[in-house]
Amino acid sequence: MSGLESLAVPVRCTVNGVEQTATVEPRLLLSDFLRHQLGLTGTHVGCEHGVCGACTVMIDGKAVRSCLMLAVEANGTAIVTVEGLAADGQPLTPLQKAFHEEHGLQCGFCTSGILMSLTALIEHQPSPTEDDIVTTLDGHLCRCTGYRNIVRAAQAAVKAEQHRSRPAVATAGR
Amino acid sequence: MKPPAFEYVRPSSLDEAVRLLADPAKESKVLAGGQSLIPLLNFRLAYPRRLVDIKGIAELAYIRRDGDRLRIGATTRTRDIEESDAVAAALPLLTEACHWVGHVQIRNRGTIGGSLAHADPSAELPAVCVLLDAELKVRGSAGTRTASANGFFHGFLSTDLAPDEILEEVAFTIPAAGTRWGFREFAHRRGDFALAGAACTLRLNRDGVVEQAVALVFGATPSPRRSAAAAAMLHGNRVTNEAIREAAQMTRRELASEPAGDSEQAYRQELCEVMLVRALTDAVNEGASRGVAA
Repeated sequence: MSGLESLAVPVRCTVNGVEQTATVEPRLLLSDFLRHQLGLTGTHVGCEHGVCGACTVMIDGKAVRSCLMLAVEANGTAIVTVEGLAADGQPLTPLQKAFHEEHGLQCGFCTSGILMSLTALIEHQPSPTEDDIVTTLDGHLCRCTGYRNIVRAAQAAVKAEQHRSRPAVATAGR
Repeated sequence: MKPPAFEYVRPSSLDEAVRLLADPAKESKVLAGGQSLIPLLNFRLAYPRRLVDIKGIAELAYIRRDGDRLRIGATTRTRDIEESDAVAAALPLLTEACHWVGHVQIRNRGTIGGSLAHADPSAELPAVCVLLDAELKVRGSAGTRTASANGFFHGFLSTDLAPDEILEEVAFTIPAAGTRWGFREFAHRRGDFALAGAACTLRLNRDGVVEQAVALVFGATPSPRRSAAAAAMLHGNRVTNEAIREAAQMTRRELASEPAGDSEQAYRQELCEVMLVRALTDAVNEGASRGVAA
């Protein structure tokens, strides 16, 4: 391991509104940085080659796979993970609430990634069509729900958002 | 499922990046969007000694209309191309092809240069570049050269790029007004790697006779492949359903001479024929109202 330490590189980024600085091996994946170094285990790791979508986070407002990024590539970015949607003890976002009400999850393994993709979609496009929602979900594997309840939850969240003017992401620094 | 150890550098200029790549002491690999390279690293199918991240080079991400050319910098994200009004106006075929690249979460990171340099046989952007014979600007230790997209792809994950070269820009010649086009692909699930696809451009004269035709299939061959037989068959004729079927069948016969890939080869070849029928039919039916050039 002695050779590896000399390869270490600095990373500075904002995660859920909190500035983070660290020194990491270049080969450390962003997903592992979030989970193991920052303890943000809400970001799940499924396939580690970009197919399943479980590790999806938002970087500078866009949904991306954290398993297909090196932590060092996130230098200078603002990251939001599922923990950044609603802080502990705070009300859930309309999207999270809709997942609860519409039974949009069962085992929950895929849910955090899907929440991040749909949050990015709704921020980018406040009135997405069903087709937009389905296209966003094609990047996520869910083995429990059959997707119908997830689509319904997204549609309910869009309706709820239109009644409020509060941003989908309630985190500081956004 | 974790990458092997490597060194990481992020140069701020192309010259510096080329210098780093030319260093014989390090086997370096260019990192752009990483949507193909990082999976290869995660699977440990690639063991570069050093990654040269070119995303810090500001002058490499752009979309520019330049006369009859559309110039796209190598690190331009697929999603930015997909959402670009300039691209939609000049080259709607490229916009359509981008819709098919992976999932939106992948397109948010992946780049046009990365897709071309990676050269996956089922990738959409190499197919469009070969179809339209894009001009590729390449920077290396010996300076800048241009390469034609026809001939750039040498086979499975293999291109004309030397180890010390970086793809800098992709320049498309915007087809003449009224050029029709089609783009189709098939995958079991939307966003998966295509099993096969086809694309075409057609120019018809006033009487509906084909003045120019380019037909291409991808997914069943190591690189996207233009069909000379289909182009020759269509040229000078009206595009009837029979002519389309015959052109696609000729294309499939051409594929029979290609090296066999996997066990699905015969199925992929059949799909190429079907996709080409659909792409040509789209070009005829819808092409006029959605011409390539604005």
